Amino acid sequence: MKIPIDYYLWLSTILFSIGVLGVLYRRNAIIIFMCIELMLNAVNLLLVAFSTILNDGAGQVFVFFIMAVAAAEVAVGLAILVMMYRNTKTIDINILNRLKW
Amino acid sequence: MKVIVVLIPLLPLLGFLAISLIGKKMIAEAASFIASSTVFLSFSGSAFLLYKLITVPVAERSFSVDLFNWISTAGFSASMSFLVDPLSIIFMLIITGVGYLIHVYSGGYMHGDPGFNRFMSYLNLFIFFMLLLVMGANYLVMFVGWEGVGLCSYLLIGFWFKNQEYNSAANKAFIMNRIGDLGMLLGIILIAIQFGSIQYTEVFAKAGAGVAASFTLITVLLFVGAMGKSAQIPLYTWLPDAMAGPTPVSALIHAATMVTAGIYMVCRNNILYAFSPETLLVIKIVGISTALWAALIATAQHDIKKVLAYSTVSQLGLMFLSLGLGAFSSGIFHVMTHAFFKALLFLGAGSVIHALSGEQDIRNMGGLKKHLPLTFLTMAAAVLAISGIPPFSGFFSKDEILAAAFADNRILWPIAVVTSLLTVFYMFRMMYVAFYGKERASEELMAKIHESPNNMIIPLVILAILSTVGGLICIPDSLGGHHMMAEFLYPVFAGSSTIIKHHHLNHTTDYEIMGVVFVMTVILIWMARNYYVTKYNIPKDDYEIKGFKRLVLRKFYVDELYQFIIVKPLYSISEMFHDVIERMGIDRLINEMGNSVILGSRGARHLQNGGIGYYIFAMVIGIILLVAIGFLR
Repeated sequence: MKIPIDYYLWLSTILFSIGVLGVLYRRNAIIIFMCIELMLNAVNLLLVAFSTILNDGAGQVFVFFIMAVAAAEVAVGLAILVMMYRNTKTIDINILNRLKW
Repeated sequence: MKVIVVLIPLLPLLGFLAISLIGKKMIAEAASFIASSTVFLSFSGSAFLLYKLITVPVAERSFSVDLFNWISTAGFSASMSFLVDPLSIIFMLIITGVGYLIHVYSGGYMHGDPGFNRFMSYLNLFIFFMLLLVMGANYLVMFVGWEGVGLCSYLLIGFWFKNQEYNSAANKAFIMNRIGDLGMLLGIILIAIQFGSIQYTEVFAKAGAGVAASFTLITVLLFVGAMGKSAQIPLYTWLPDAMAGPTPVSALIHAATMVTAGIYMVCRNNILYAFSPETLLVIKIVGISTALWAALIATAQHDIKKVLAYSTVSQLGLMFLSLGLGAFSSGIFHVMTHAFFKALLFLGAGSVIHALSGEQDIRNMGGLKKHLPLTFLTMAAAVLAISGIPPFSGFFSKDEILAAAFADNRILWPIAVVTSLLTVFYMFRMMYVAFYGKERASEELMAKIHESPNNMIIPLVILAILSTVGGLICIPDSLGGHHMMAEFLYPVFAGSSTIIKHHHLNHTTDYEIMGVVFVMTVILIWMARNYYVTKYNIPKDDYEIKGFKRLVLRKFYVDELYQFIIVKPLYSISEMFHDVIERMGIDRLINEMGNSVILGSRGARHLQNGGIGYYIFAMVIGIILLVAIGFLR
């Protein structure tokens, strides 16, 4: 039995919204990172779902690219976080507010 | 021939350049020599041209020299060209001849002045522009000269620029001339529009052929220019103040040459004026009223140069009266004789001032006759000439104007006669008070008194001879003479003389007029002598003069009136504009624009508060907005 497209849509919308809210509300940099990944993966899920339904492989190729880029981004981002922790002993993003006006 | 015509104005210009470029390094004698000799060469050239003109037939007595095309656009062109004809040659001779004598005189008068070279270079520049004015073959060249002489007049009135009063006098002269020049410029523009050309020959040919043009407007506008330059009511107040300049300047610019530019201009355009009787009427009225008004003021002045300045204004008024009557050649004749005797009077006054180390008040002179005999004799010749005593030059020229006035209108004549009697009175008053009676100058001045050096006396003597015999070239028919000048000038005025009707007086009337005026003149001289010499009444101090005399002494408060009705309102309007439009309008607008940017940025920079969460929030809102816009479109 085939799962209807609606389900995928709802699921990825929910995942994306969770990601957005997480980015907006949380102060922990790692959790914000994870929320970004969540948003990316919501999109990935949608791309794969449409790719299957429409019988078009292009969507799945995109997903691979996105996953690769996301991995690279995480590597860089985590490195930044490590350095930030070493300097400030915290990963609360609201501490980093010196760059203003 | 062409080379000579070009060299005449060019030589003074070269003299100016040479003196002013080398400047103070040049020794004074060299500057004086260069300045005088260039003008003398120009005079010789003009004399040569006069000889050439006389020897050719009457019909060929006018030729123009085109140098180059100055402006050429579609439908309009102006060339740099000179016109030599009887009218311009007379003016050229007056300018360079009297100019040369005054250059020589200046060598003595300005001796030892720190700005001597500058003075000489300005005089040369003036001669150049004045020659340009009278030699130009189109209105543009004339206008360049017209403006140039105004500039030189300004520079020379304010020659001693450390004195603030002199600077104001220079400014006044320049600004009043500007008012006139605006009218002049508008007139020239109108001519260019209506005739399609500014070349004299073309304009006059078209006017003579009956082209429909607004002659009255054109001629009135041109006359406004003449009013400014020739100091007629209401623009005359600058000329008496212009006496702030050194005395040779007063003689050259403000008596003999520049102020007669207006006369030249009207005569040059006689054909246009002939088509507009209204303008001629205006000129007549302005001329006679200026003559009377200024003569009246001159009777109460105590500054020797002020007397002469008002006398100049008055004589210029008489010349304009003669132009208004259509007697153009009489006007020119009076320009010439006036150039002789008025230059002489100024130079004589300069000699007196020089002898008394700068004293100008006739009340502080007195008894100078035996100390300055040559100055006295030469000035006496000039006074007799201006008073119209035969056979001095002024008699003939003034008689022509009076006869023209009598023939034209029985009201004009008595006014003109009163004017000329006033002239006699103030001139003899000046002579008697300054040269007769007791010596009133302080003893230290009298100890230093000396007759002027030769280079000042010789020009005086030459001018005295000219003032005495200069009128003989134009003896009226009634005295068995021959109108040489009128005949020489006839080709220039041929076009207008057919339009303007001239009444001719028979000889008996002419004798009667001469006789009446002469008898009254002699009586007046006797009265002046009785009052100032026999009874020895010296004019009182200013504060003791009361009533009408005080009114005249203070020049009828015209300066104050102008101050009150024009200068003050102008200042208050400017101040209003300054405070309201400039300060509160434009300045405020600019400042507020600057301030609003500063204030806006001061508020907007708080958007960058350094909080990452806040940035992300802004980013999300932005994305949502973009998506929403994408949907709504």
